[in-house]
Amino acid sequence: MANILELVHVSKSFDNEMVLDDLNLEIKENTFMTLLGPSGCGKTTTLRIIGGFTTPDSGKVLFEGRDITNLPPNKRHLNTVFQKYALFPHMNVGDNIAYGLKISGKSKSYIDSKIDYALKLVNMDGYKNRAVTQLSGGQQQRIAIARAIVNEPKVLLLDEPLGALDLKLRQDMQYELIRLKNELGITFIYVTHDQEEALTMSDTVVVMNQGYIQQMGSPENIYNEPENAFVATFIGDSNIIDSIMIHDELVRICGVNFPCVDKGFGVNKPVDVVIRPEDVILDEVGKGQLDGVVTHLIFKGVHYEMEVMAGGFEWLVQSTVLQPVGKEVSLRVDPFNIQIMNKPASEDEEAVVVDV
Amino acid sequence: MSKNKLLSGPYLLFILCGTVIPLLAILYYALVDKNGSFTLRNIASVAEPVHLKALGLSLLLAFICTVICLLLAFPLGLLLRKSGGKNKGFVIFMLILPMWMNFLLRTIAWKVLLQKTGVINSILAALGISNGINIINTPYAVVLGMVYDFLPFMILPIYNVMIKIDNSLVEAAYDLGASSFKVMKDVLLPLSMPGIISGITMTFVPAMTTFAISQILGGGNIYLIGNIIELEFLHGGSRNVGSGLSMVMMVFILISMALLNKFDKNGEGTVI
Amino acid sequence: MKKAGKILYVGLIFLFLYLPILTLVVLSFNDSERTTGVWRGFTLRWFEEIFQREDILEALFNTLLIALIASVVATIVGVAACVGIQAMTTRTKKVVLQLTNIPMVNAEIVTAISLLLTFAMFGISLGLGTILFSHICFCLPYVILNVLPKLRQTGVSAYEAARDLGATPVKAFFSVVLPDIMPGVSTGFLMSFTMSVDDFVITYFTRGAGINTLSTLIYSQQKVGIRSSLCALSTVIFLLVLLILLVRMFVIDRIGRTQTVKGGS
Repeated sequence: MANILELVHVSKSFDNEMVLDDLNLEIKENTFMTLLGPSGCGKTTTLRIIGGFTTPDSGKVLFEGRDITNLPPNKRHLNTVFQKYALFPHMNVGDNIAYGLKISGKSKSYIDSKIDYALKLVNMDGYKNRAVTQLSGGQQQRIAIARAIVNEPKVLLLDEPLGALDLKLRQDMQYELIRLKNELGITFIYVTHDQEEALTMSDTVVVMNQGYIQQMGSPENIYNEPENAFVATFIGDSNIIDSIMIHDELVRICGVNFPCVDKGFGVNKPVDVVIRPEDVILDEVGKGQLDGVVTHLIFKGVHYEMEVMAGGFEWLVQSTVLQPVGKEVSLRVDPFNIQIMNKPASEDEEAVVVDV
Repeated sequence: MSKNKLLSGPYLLFILCGTVIPLLAILYYALVDKNGSFTLRNIASVAEPVHLKALGLSLLLAFICTVICLLLAFPLGLLLRKSGGKNKGFVIFMLILPMWMNFLLRTIAWKVLLQKTGVINSILAALGISNGINIINTPYAVVLGMVYDFLPFMILPIYNVMIKIDNSLVEAAYDLGASSFKVMKDVLLPLSMPGIISGITMTFVPAMTTFAISQILGGGNIYLIGNIIELEFLHGGSRNVGSGLSMVMMVFILISMALLNKFDKNGEGTVI
Repeated sequence: MKKAGKILYVGLIFLFLYLPILTLVVLSFNDSERTTGVWRGFTLRWFEEIFQREDILEALFNTLLIALIASVVATIVGVAACVGIQAMTTRTKKVVLQLTNIPMVNAEIVTAISLLLTFAMFGISLGLGTILFSHICFCLPYVILNVLPKLRQTGVSAYEAARDLGATPVKAFFSVVLPDIMPGVSTGFLMSFTMSVDDFVITYFTRGAGINTLSTLIYSQQKVGIRSSLCALSTVIFLLVLLILLVRMFVIDRIGRTQTVKGGS
């Protein structure tokens, strides 16, 4: 697949504060790509640079290989769904959707059929003459999407579009967006701070922090093989433990040697180990790899969440089997569930520059 | 709770004696002659050439003043809006501050500035323009004074509405392909309409009814309807005729406002 | 270039707004008894003359006295009215609010002559009293329109909570409701005071012979030229207000900042 969009060495700072530092990003045609990160990580700025609302201090934006860095937003073949919908309050639903088409001088019959098509696509049939101010948040969101997609953009930019909706509606809209993406066959670039949203919808997730890309990959890849402590903590719960790589496929965690599957970290090298709480298996004392005591217990619905003090570390454990507080247990972790990461050399390098 | 209603008693008395009875008083005086018998003469006196001319000139000058204020204030609103909300306090401060100098004095200052040997002409002469501008005691000077006195009342409501327009609406219009002009015409102008309407009201009514500005900058030669009413009431005219003319003036103001509202409603439907 | 044009435009508008003020300030230092367009040398004597001219001092005194009494009365009557209006049925409330709006939208000269006619009708002789009554009338809407929205925000729940905790109605109002609506009350008061000081038209029509406020005194001299000491007085008032506003802005700015710091921690 060809690249539809490329960011090349893009940097941007506001009031002397670096928001993006030499960012490189390639976006393939017809993918659902999510920029994920905490607020202030640069994800929205990246989206605004792509949309043309912010000009980078240096670097280039390429669209189908063409440099569009200095092209104003009204000249770009991409459309945006804004965070708070940004529907024009003085126009009704139909006029909102028609706005872009009217500007590009389409015929009335074309516009009418496009409005009907778009309203059907977002399940808002029959709302054409409604005032946008009378719509609920979820409905406004659908209209905002319809208004963007009728212009047949090759790329649709979505800036935390579900942020203002309640949980149930948000989950429904996630499925809707996946369906839309598949029906339209265009590229979606989606910005969110919600890791669940990112993992649910995306083909590719780009985890960002402090203006750097921390990791880029499929949702499974990001979740199962986080490349650094930031990604590991930001995506899901995890135990991150100071450990020593004895040699290939053997790591010493909390003074006990655990077999693992990673290679190439050197001999007797300090590393960070990531173990997901659902991958820690509790057994009777003496039967596992490391003994400990249950210190906390919470019922979470699907499972129990326990904290186990073992080897001087408080392990977070999720299990469907209840172990009462005070009970002595033993921990076991399968080798392929142990993820080894290099330790960051400094605080700053925690934001590793990943060349993609 | 019903006892609380009594607390508004003094206020209702003020409304009665300060608003309701006085308005009825104008109506009464307008419809009677000196001796208290019913007549329509006072109202019909608007047809006298002097009165008709004054009313026409008032409408014309107030209209011109309102249009100029609007043409000055709207682009200013656009520019100030772009400079962002963080300057809002300062902008409003700068707009309100002049009002702390007595408005008559400020108008008189224009008289000084515009005099044949005044500051502006001296500067123009120094620049080699010998003719200068000679508008004092003409309707042009009166319009200038009106624009000067009422411009802040046009700027403030427009600015207040504009600064609240969500910037993402502007970005959305750009995103959908609109040019800067289109964004202004399709988004900023219609959404500023409430401010524009209240700005027009706050400019047109005082401009239409002023007598001080025309007196000061017109040099006593220019009679607006306000000047006629002042003459009738305070300089030996007839209160009844003055009341009759006031009624007619109020009718014209109401018609203007009705037209404005109609335009507004039409505007809302056809902005696109 | 485009940006320079924009700055020029904004600059020209503000120059237009401030040019007469600058002129008046300069004129109050001009060594000429009355305002003219001719510069006759620098002097400070007009600032001294303010205190020697009885007509000016009397007008200043009248202006401030009327403004103070009118705004205090309007504030008290207005706040009480708001509490009463809150208790009214929706329909009565609507009628009262529409009546409140009349002086705001009506032409000043119409309000002025309507009051003048009323005084004449009831044989009330014009004087300080009639000016005061008229000023209270046009100040009241400013108080009501500033206080009522605040009162609506506060709602009855705070008042009822105070009553529930044992406060008498009066105590509940002064200890709970009033502090909450205070910003609206003070804005209403300040606007009333400003409007009263600034008023010309209504005073002009409702004053008795021989009574002047600063506005009517200025207007009476407009044909022959304003006494330079009157310009000097206005300059002093203007600079005083500027100083107060700047201090206020600075203080509010600082208070705002410390509050955000507190909120943030």
